[in-house]
Parts: sequence; structure tokens; C-alpha cells
Amino acid sequence: MSTPRAPAADPVVSAQSAASARPALPRSSVRGAAQLGLAARPGVEAVAAKGWLRAHKWLLLRRLSQLGVLALFLVGPWFGCWVVKGNLTSSLTLGVLPLSDPFVLAQSLAAGHLPYRQALIGGGIVFAFYLAFGGRLFCSWVCPMNLVTDAAAWLRRRLGLKGGKAPAAASRYWLLGFVLLAAALSGSLAWEWLNPVSMLHRALLFGFGLAWGLVGGVFLYDLLIAPRGWCGHLCPQGAFYSLLGRASLLGVSAARRRDCNDCMDCFAVCPEPQVIRPALKAAGQDHPLILDGDCTRCGRCIDVCGKSVFRITTRFNRSES
Amino acid sequence: MKDANDTPAPARATTGTRSSRRRFLKEAAGVAGGAGLLALGAGLYARQAAALPATALRPPGALAEGDFLSACVRCGLCARDCPYDTLKLARLGDAPATGTPYFEARGVPCEMCEDIPCVVACPTGALDHGLTDITQARMGLAVLIDHETCLNFLGLRCDVCYRVCPVIDKAITLEKSHNPRSDRHAMLLPTVHSDYCTGCGKCEKACVLPGEAAIKVLPLKLAQGSRAEHYRRGWEEKEAAGGSLIGEQVELPVRGMEDKAYGDTRLRPGETPLPQPEAVPAAPAGSGLDSRWKP
Repeated sequence: MSTPRAPAADPVVSAQSAASARPALPRSSVRGAAQLGLAARPGVEAVAAKGWLRAHKWLLLRRLSQLGVLALFLVGPWFGCWVVKGNLTSSLTLGVLPLSDPFVLAQSLAAGHLPYRQALIGGGIVFAFYLAFGGRLFCSWVCPMNLVTDAAAWLRRRLGLKGGKAPAAASRYWLLGFVLLAAALSGSLAWEWLNPVSMLHRALLFGFGLAWGLVGGVFLYDLLIAPRGWCGHLCPQGAFYSLLGRASLLGVSAARRRDCNDCMDCFAVCPEPQVIRPALKAAGQDHPLILDGDCTRCGRCIDVCGKSVFRITTRFNRSES
Repeated sequence: MKDANDTPAPARATTGTRSSRRRFLKEAAGVAGGAGLLALGAGLYARQAAALPATALRPPGALAEGDFLSACVRCGLCARDCPYDTLKLARLGDAPATGTPYFEARGVPCEMCEDIPCVVACPTGALDHGLTDITQARMGLAVLIDHETCLNFLGLRCDVCYRVCPVIDKAITLEKSHNPRSDRHAMLLPTVHSDYCTGCGKCEKACVLPGEAAIKVLPLKLAQGSRAEHYRRGWEEKEAAGGSLIGEQVELPVRGMEDKAYGDTRLRPGETPLPQPEAVPAAPAGSGLDSRWKP
């Protein structure tokens, strides 16, 4: 890339325009880099301000959670030590605790089958958990596809790929409706034939077949065609959990939004950037709490903010500090 | 990020609710169309893939294929609890619906566990918990499909399918019949009885033929003809009624072919059978040799 280089001695971009009251922007931040025509490195400022570990705290916890869940499933088939049997659509933990995916059960109900009590209890537990703590916790803390799409988003940022066309934001809700409709009309779990989410997890446990192609397709789609296209715009399973997470107790709050220096790093790393603005910029709401069901509670905004604007809190704590 | 641009809010409001409504309608139509197409594709693919290949057998207690596909969530708990690794989940690209459990008899057949762990493990009822007696399972039906290569049909005493059958002498019996080729031997033909065959596939697995088995477990739909309900089986009706429904019939002679010279073997009261000439085995057809061996 033939981008003009700023003088090396200049550590920050002074915001010359009207925003004289604003603090200076780091040149690695999205906005700072845009002003200089450089490639942005969101999060670098946070690393400098808080240290690497604290600037990656939630990311590390999340990876630990994703890989930990996967490990619980994998130690059985790999080492013969059975902790969790089954897969994410329905499982049995230590021979007693059933857990089922309410999205799949909803399809089964739409297809005209009332599952046995074990699946209904398991689905109820999962439903209640995500209802209480935020539906899309599943997406960012459990779903294995998140590793794939996060990798695509990371690579997209590092390669500086711009543009691409993501489908409209409502697509996933439409798709969710059609998935249930297709189940009702075909009398089968039609979506589960090619649901990349359940297929990836099942493939990791039971063997891939051609599922690699589907997973690779989602990766390339996110990388080359639509930024955050799969998880943020299409996945009907994510849409289901979005609806489920409307009234969750946990949420991210831009509690210290006064300190925001408009570096835009949080927008760059957020998988659902539209949820930040109402809370951060008081657009359409007074309090700094992110209430949007689409927020995945991944906590990456907390990590990359050099000014420590964000924090995880409960839905009742709407104070600024 | 688009919303963070510098367009002042009032300007946006005046550029019109009409154009934003139009844009919304356009987007909604596009999105609905796209999502509908994707779901339609999934549905059509699902319907096409719903045709289970004949060699893929469902676990014991599986609902009929249509119901099974609405009930099975593809969790794999049945496969995990199968002690013989008989059950596997279909991968993308395999013929059965992706993620659903199946087995192939020629690969690993069902061992018919008495406690049926796969059925117990099913959380949704795709495998019916009402099945508690494995001999009542109907995973398919064995069919001795190739009479030309089956060793017993060639007159040998292979009998392997019969010997390995877990429901031996009920699901498979050996039926004696004349061997017209040698004219002096019996053929013992493995014969499957649908009242008892569970479709476990052990016969197909054990068939000694090198490649494909002569006996195969097929889905019931393929293996069985429909019963001809309009045809009343006289012998069954007679037994049910405790006697002939139309009374004793007059036996009419066939004109010109009456009497014992024409093979009438019936005995009149008081008559004794005629002495039979000693049976001489027929010489093997075609060869001039006759060993004079008698069974």
C-alpha cells in the first residue's frame, strides 16, 4: 500500500479541526489512522495504556470458554473420559444433566414433533440461562463458529480489506422465520441439513466429511464478501438467541463515556457495531447501558478501549461513573 | 459507522420519510426474497436427501423416516452409547440426512443389545422408548436377494447366515427342497420370516461371498410387497370357520384319465396300497457315467 507516512516523531495526531476540546488521538486507532491515511491497529492504544494482559482479558476468557466447552466434549471421544456426551444440539453431562438447543427444539416443534421430556428439560435449562444472562452469550462464548468468523474479521482488519457488501441487518430474522416455516412445510429439520453452526461442532466430534467446505465458505464469505456477514447478518441461530437476550440481566455499559476520545476502536472490533452508539453517544437513550439483544457480551470493546470506558454490569446499573 | 457521519440530524429528517420508507420496503423485499430462497433451497435439499439409501439402516426403534426427520436433532447420543460403534452420524456428503444416525449391515451390523442403550439415550423420541424388547425391533428385513450366487442355492451347506442369526430357526430357517441338478440331493435354502427378523444385519455381514452379500437387509418398504387384502386364503378361512365353508365337494373324474394307471393314488375303503417298484435314481443328465450310488 502506498499510504503517505506521517513523521515518525509525531506520536499522536492532534485533532486540528473544531474538536479542540477532544483529547488527541493515537495514530494506531481507527480514526487516528484514517486521518493520517495509515492502516489502523485497533487496540494498540489499550495495550499501551493497560498492558497486554488487561487489554486482552475478555478475549482470553472467551477463548478459554470456547475451547473449554469444546474440550469437555472432546475428552470423551479422544481419551475415553466422558464428561459431556452428544453435541451442542443436545447433550448429557456426567450422565445426569441434559442440555438441548432451544433453536433446534423450536424447529422440531415446527416440524410437528413433540420431543421427549429429557430434551424439553434440557432445552428449558438452556433457554432460562440465556434468557437471564443474554442470549448471544452463546454466540461469543460457546459457538465454535465464532472462532472462524473472528479469524476472518481479524484477517480482514490486518489486511486492510475495505468494502464488501453485507446483507441487510434484518436478514437473519427473516431467515429465522423461513427456517421455521421450512421445518413446518417439509416436516423435517430442514435447516439442520446445512446449519454451519451445529455442523461444525458435530464435525469436530464425529468427523467432517464435506463440512470443511461449508466452514471454509463461511470464512471466505466473511473475509472477502461481507464484513461480519455470517454472525452479524445471516445466522438464524444467532437471531434466535438475539430475541432471547432482549431482557438479559448482564450487559455492557459505557459507564465512563465521558472519557471517550472517539478513536473508534470499539466500533472496529465489535461484531455488532450498531449496538454501541445508543449507549456511548446517548443516541435515543440517556443511560450508558447497551440493551440491544444483538450485543454478544463478548467484552472486546472493554479490552480495546484505552480509556476504560466500558465495563460489564447488570441491567439495573445504569449509572455513569 | 455510517450513522456516525457528519450529516446533521435535521437534514436527514427533511430528505424525507418517503425515501427512507421506500428504501426500507426495497430492502425488506430483497432480504425476504433472499432469505426465502435460502430456506427454500434448504427445504428442497432436505426433501431430496430424505430418500434414505437402501443400504443405510436406522437404529432400533427409529420412527418412520418422515417422522424420524422431524424428531432427530442429530445430537449423536445414540451413537455414543452404542457399545459396538455400529451407529455413525451421516456427514455432509453422505447419503442419509446430515448428522442423522445410521448403520450399514455389511460394515458393522447391530448386535441387538438386550438393554438397547441407543434407544434409551435418545432425548427426543426419534428412537421410540416404547421399544424395550430388541426382538421387536424392525430395522429392516433380510432378503436372500441373489439366488444365483448364494452357496446354499448352489447345493452347498454354507448355512452361515442361518447360523449367525440371533433369532435362529425363527427369523431364518433352512427349508429343504429337491436339487434338480443332481436329482439326488437336497438343497437347504435359507428362508427369512418377517414375523421374527429384526433387520440387525448379522446375516448380511457374515455372508461368505467376497464382495456383495447374497443376503441383504433392506428397508421394509423395499423388501415387502403389499398384502393382497382382496385375496382370501382358503386354508386360513377354513381353519377360522372350523371346516369347509362350502361343504364336501363331489370329486369329479377327469374324462379319459381315470383310474390308477393315470396316477390316482387315492385308496378306497379296505384297499391296500400297491407294491411300489424299487426306486432307481436317475443317471446324471448328460454324462454317461453312473456310479450306482444311492442315498
